[in-house]
Amino acid sequence: MSGVMKRMGMIFRAKANKALDRAEDPRETLDYSYQKQLELLQKVRRGVADVATSRKRLELQLNQLQGQSTKLEDQGRKALALGREDLAREALSRRAALQQQVSDLETQHTTLQGEEEKLTLAAQRLQAKVDAFRTKKETIKATYTAAQAQTRIGEAFSGISEEMGDVGMAIQRAEDKTAQLQARAGAIDELLASGALDDHSGLAKDDIAAELDRISGGTDVELELQRMKAELAGGSSSQQAIEGGAADRQDDAQSSGTPNKFDKS
Amino acid sequence: MIVRIMGEGQVKLADSHLAELDKLDDELLAEINADDGDGFRRTFHALLDKVRELGEPVPDDSLEPSGLILPAPGATLEEVRALLSDDGLIPSP
Repeated sequence: MSGVMKRMGMIFRAKANKALDRAEDPRETLDYSYQKQLELLQKVRRGVADVATSRKRLELQLNQLQGQSTKLEDQGRKALALGREDLAREALSRRAALQQQVSDLETQHTTLQGEEEKLTLAAQRLQAKVDAFRTKKETIKATYTAAQAQTRIGEAFSGISEEMGDVGMAIQRAEDKTAQLQARAGAIDELLASGALDDHSGLAKDDIAAELDRISGGTDVELELQRMKAELAGGSSSQQAIEGGAADRQDDAQSSGTPNKFDKS
Repeated sequence: MIVRIMGEGQVKLADSHLAELDKLDDELLAEINADDGDGFRRTFHALLDKVRELGEPVPDDSLEPSGLILPAPGATLEEVRALLSDDGLIPSP
């Protein structure tokens, strides 16, 4: 691409780069450009003033020449009245030369006037452009500042919300943990109440209970032993009773024999 | 590619459209060089219309550098020529 778009882009970029070399802040660059435009406008205005001054000078010259021309005309008239035709001719020929100069100056004056009008118009248009640039520049600067602020606010805000999120998570975790513990405690209570879980709490009290149990258990064992012995003892006599007379008799014989031996009766 | 129309703002153009615009752009440059005022106006407005038609406007609050720059719609041949001169609208430091 080598057309208008490309060339303009290159010109603008070159200018932007030059400007950026000096100031990285686009707001400064814009201000710099605006300053340059003002200087340019000042140059154009100075040009307009120069042209106007030249025009004025021409007008003065023209007036002088017109004055001289009128004077020569009068002199010619007077010379003719005095019968000096030669002098009148001289005056009129000088006047003719002056008229030629006047005509040339008038052409120059017209040209200068045209230039001046064009320059004035150009200055006005440039003024409008510079004004528009100033407005645009302020808008861009404001947008840039706002964008910067927005970025900062955004960063700060996201930072804050992240922190808030962390705090929220911590609270959530604490709440979850509490709820979990409460639920567990509740469940344990229920399980203990239902008897599905042994209560291992309050062991000191249970030591006594265990000792008492042990003691009472021991007593029971003794009692049980005695009961069993008694049973055994009782059992043998009943067995003897069941088994009948031989044994009885044997026993009787023995007992009778023995007691008999020792029977005093 | 971002294209700026001066005084109007920016539009985003797909690269596939650039060849089409390039033709008009080259025509425009030839007309400026040939001092062809009528041709310049015709081609210039055709180019701007094409850019507006094919492009998608870039939001005003977005700050993106332009790949291509076009003069304002009201620009005359002389003004564009002045813009293309070394000094351009923004004078060199």
